[in-house]
Amino acid sequence: MKLLVCVSKTPETTAKIAFTNNNAEFDSSGVQYIMNPYDEWYALVRALELKEALGGSVTIINVGPAANETIIRKGLAIGADEAVRIDAEPHSALYVAQQIAEYAKGEQFDIVFLGKESIDYNGSEVGPMVAELLGLPFISHATKLEMEGDIALIEADIDGGDAQLEVKAPFVVSAAKGLAEQRIPNMRGIMMAKRKPLAVKPPVAMEDLSVAVHFTLPPEKGDVKLIDPENMEELVRLLHEEAKVI
Amino acid sequence: MVLILAETQKGKFKKTSLEAVTYGDKTAQLLGMESVALVLGSASGLEELGKYGATKVYHVPNQSLDNFDSQVYAAVISEAARQVGAKVIIFSHSALGKSTAGRVAVRMNAGSVSGVNALPTVDGGAFRVKKGVFSGKAFAEYELKSDVKVLSLMGNSIPVAGGGEPAPVEELNLDVPPARVTVKKLERVEGITPLPEAELVVSAGRGMKGPEHWNIIEELAEVMGATTACSRPVADTGWRPHHEHVGQTGIAIRPNLYIAIGISGAIQHLAGVNNSKTIVVINKDPEAPFFKAADYGVVGDLFDVVPRLTKAMKQFKAE
Ligand SMILES: Cc1cc2nc3c(=O)[nH]c(=O)nc-3n(C[C@H](O)[C@H](O)[C@H](O)COP(=O)(O)OP(=O)(O)OC[C@H]3O[C@@H](n4cnc5c(N)ncnc54)[C@H](O)[C@@H]3O)c2cc1C
Ligand SMILES: Nc1ncnc2c1ncn2[C@@H]1O[C@H](COP(=O)(O)O)[C@@H](O)[C@H]1O
Repeated sequence: MKLLVCVSKTPETTAKIAFTNNNAEFDSSGVQYIMNPYDEWYALVRALELKEALGGSVTIINVGPAANETIIRKGLAIGADEAVRIDAEPHSALYVAQQIAEYAKGEQFDIVFLGKESIDYNGSEVGPMVAELLGLPFISHATKLEMEGDIALIEADIDGGDAQLEVKAPFVVSAAKGLAEQRIPNMRGIMMAKRKPLAVKPPVAMEDLSVAVHFTLPPEKGDVKLIDPENMEELVRLLHEEAKVI
Repeated sequence: MVLILAETQKGKFKKTSLEAVTYGDKTAQLLGMESVALVLGSASGLEELGKYGATKVYHVPNQSLDNFDSQVYAAVISEAARQVGAKVIIFSHSALGKSTAGRVAVRMNAGSVSGVNALPTVDGGAFRVKKGVFSGKAFAEYELKSDVKVLSLMGNSIPVAGGGEPAPVEELNLDVPPARVTVKKLERVEGITPLPEAELVVSAGRGMKGPEHWNIIEELAEVMGATTACSRPVADTGWRPHHEHVGQTGIAIRPNLYIAIGISGAIQHLAGVNNSKTIVVINKDPEAPFFKAADYGVVGDLFDVVPRLTKAMKQFKAE
């Protein structure tokens, strides 16, 4: 099977979030970056497992600047065969989706994997957009994926439950927790990754229709009001009368 | 025209859809437009959507739409949007919305923002709308430059408005392409409000020591009519089902009340819950970081405190 995994770069999960340029831009100074956890832990690993079981290849793609090659190499170290970087700032979901679709069009992948969302902009948008641009079915939030010939049996999270679905390849799927178990790259993988192909391609031009123009931080919480553990009636009273939530 | 997709579940409109209809109506007023709702597949009582602000309800009744396939939905919704001349298309940020809104944006050549949490602002032609980013650690304002705009609304962002009149219903006859995704089975947890829609959430962490103690959490939740949640290690070790896992790598929620019991308040946990309206923390360690994010705190042993809180809640409910 020919498999494509889309990986994005996100700030490390404990990163302090701040903005610059009059709150118009994310302040990346001092921020450590990681591969988006859903892409690394679930999408990539499930793709690798399918390749190991059924043969084929795993390509990873990232839309981003040269600095992203650290996370791309990590993907190769975990086991992907080759990588493609589209050399452009990923300014919007549609922009990223266009670049991925443009590359994937010529390649006939059986499955395109993504994460269910990137943990920075929390969009869950790139997946359905790529699917639409390629004219393929899309399944989001997959927690299980088995192949029987060219038919995939998929379990996916839905609001308050799960769905069992069937779809014929080719298709696009986004990965949620449960789809696979995280893999840690070993020394051999890291050494091999250095020699694996990483192609850099120019972006296709397109207009941004939706742009983030301003950021704000949540209002500071006031001091916590401590309640005597012996007096839970007081807590209930405050929740009813002061917070008005019950 | 503002077009809102309304989803049903077991023959009833979902709460998140009623919120979306309310949101669509307010957006339409802002733009000097009309708001109409769209319902796909078997459904009844459509005129009810008028009560929440829709001036008209369009219905594509084809039974094949009862099988959800985002590709088919996107084709049908886009065609309906063209026929009614929609300028803003609104989804809930639900499982269905998440897999369909982006597709509709592509088809309509529309700018889109997913998971918006406040009404848009229109200032000299600039259409802007806000959403939570960095897993609840910040908010971003987006500007949409396209003629048609696609938004999906985060649950619990706007109270449902009632009180309007029932709306006229019109059937739309549209081509429904064949589905390529087959739904074999749907399993839903019965009788519980799903986490993204829940207004009251009782959540517990590793401080519980083991799954055998969860009865005190379930009892409290039951008395309150709350939904239960948990921290990641609790789901990872299988103490609780993974759909209860909230946080940066779990579900992000914004209930009115979040009660965190025996959870330390790691930054990745807070990322998914810190937009809750009111946060109560119960922890025996006064230095637990969660207290910094809390409105009310109880420093004490959860095995004493939780049963006492349950008792007090029972009393309150009885009054
Ligand atoms: C990339 C990444 C992503 C992550 N994503 C998430 C996520 O989405 N969600 C998430 O929750 N975590 C996430 N984590 C994990 C997170 O960092 C913490 O490890 C986790 O939240 C801790 O869970 P906890 O608070 O239940 O356990 P602990 O940190 O062990 O805290 C237990 C708490 O219980 C208290 N306690 C113990 N006994 C009692 C008692 N008898 N009475 C009262 N209090 C008691 C203790 O004082 C302590 O504060 C992530 C981590 C990483 C690295
Ligand atoms: N810049 C990017 N390059 C490659 N893939 C991306 C990029 N941004 C997002 N993705 C993929 O799209 C998924 C969903 O991202 P989002 O729509 O931003 O929440 C991620 O989990 C990635 O798999």
